[in-house]
Amino acid sequence: MALVVEGETAELAGLLNAVGELPLHEDLRRAECGLVMVRGRIGGDGAPFNLGEATVARAAVRLASGEVGFGYVLGRDREKARLAALCDALLQSDRYRAAVERHVLDPIRARLAAERKHAADRTAATRVEFFTLVRGEDER
Amino acid sequence: MYVAVKGGERAIENAHRLLASARRGDTALPELSLEQISGQLTLAVDRVMTEGSLYDRELAALAIKQARGDLVEAIFLLRAFRATLPRFGMTEAIDTANMEIRRRISATFKDLPGGQVLGPTFDYTHRLLDPTLAEGEHSVEPASAAPVDGPMPRVTDLLASDDLIEQSPNADPADPVGDLTRDPLGFPADRDLRLQNLARGDEGFLLALGYSTQRGFGRTHPFAGEIRLGEVEIEIFAEEVGFAVPLGRLTVTECQMINQFKGSATEAPCFTRGYGLAFGHCERKAMAMALVDRALRARELGEEVKAPAQDEEFVLSHSDNVQATGFVEHLKLPHYVDFQSELGLVRRLRAEFQALRSGDTSLAREAAE
Repeated sequence: MALVVEGETAELAGLLNAVGELPLHEDLRRAECGLVMVRGRIGGDGAPFNLGEATVARAAVRLASGEVGFGYVLGRDREKARLAALCDALLQSDRYRAAVERHVLDPIRARLAAERKHAADRTAATRVEFFTLVRGEDER
Repeated sequence: MYVAVKGGERAIENAHRLLASARRGDTALPELSLEQISGQLTLAVDRVMTEGSLYDRELAALAIKQARGDLVEAIFLLRAFRATLPRFGMTEAIDTANMEIRRRISATFKDLPGGQVLGPTFDYTHRLLDPTLAEGEHSVEPASAAPVDGPMPRVTDLLASDDLIEQSPNADPADPVGDLTRDPLGFPADRDLRLQNLARGDEGFLLALGYSTQRGFGRTHPFAGEIRLGEVEIEIFAEEVGFAVPLGRLTVTECQMINQFKGSATEAPCFTRGYGLAFGHCERKAMAMALVDRALRARELGEEVKAPAQDEEFVLSHSDNVQATGFVEHLKLPHYVDFQSELGLVRRLRAEFQALRSGDTSLAREAAE
């Protein structure tokens, strides 16, 4: 699901089309928007504290064959939450898992890898080496 | 005291229409889009998200547009919007050690595992206005280089392995995490509450307080051990699923301040720490927060509390710019009844004063009645 939540709404819809005929499904919970409290840790690795909230959309979908999928995504895009829940349900179905992995997850994984490499390359060009200079009075 | 007034509806409505027109400005010029604000005034958006205590770039951009660029007003708008949504739960604590790094610097070690990357920074610029930006259409292709693989551990973790620096406080699972949005702030406040307060506190206020500690008002001898910026994964424990599910990624800035050491007869000397964490790229805020966090640990570390930055009631009660602006700006609202009573009192006191000076006791008695 870490890949699904990185998908854009239009991207997910398009990729799901490539999976082919989707099974009948219904909203187990209609998509809704809300908040989550984001937690950090004191010192980065200590006891937790509340940093601030983030908007989240969530949905739950049930396939006609019974599989239930949940979608939680950052932001307020209800349709994206619904599509994420649908992907989650399909990934639990023996019949659809392979197709979703190939047609939905693989393209998102490839896009993310390319974007991450692009960003990492640009960051790497700003790698800095500082030198401390030996001052004259040390040379005797 | 503020007493309710009636009337003025027409004037208020027309003032708001005038505001909308002033916000739009010259209609011969193109209107700002949220994408432009979010994409080109990124640091303003980051500040509004951090102090509005709500991570949502689009909403923060909308708030900035609606507030005509007044960031404190935008922060107020974001806080008000937040109150309209239900809360689904708490995330797992973010892991900044596994951040996808876009910037990472240390002022204490020049050679640290993973190295230092400057990222997009104002540091080392000459702070000269750039006339080419005024002409518009300014695109620069960033340079690329091969990244160095390997982890980028937090600097404080490196020092901690040698016991040279204090460990972060561990969580007591029985202790609930304090939440200012659910319970009013009380004193003394634990460090989790203090950090939540500082994280949403006004950058200018914290900057001034942090600066005051450097100038000697509660000195803590700080070093910027590490500043890192990048993306972290967010997960939430979803009860219906039974395990933590990923939500996506957020950008955060973290500052680890390394401060003067202390020791005692029973404890070997070691460095102490201050911590700063903010949404988006809010470096000045994260640094100021870390300075003030350390200053506020005076009581815990047995230091004498004598400077403003060490006084938690003073700092935490005045850090929130939404509360502060509410109380300061309410002075603009009609206080006619209140002021009339003060006016009457001053008139009476003056009459008594005059009567006493002229020695007319009957007048003084009359005035006193």
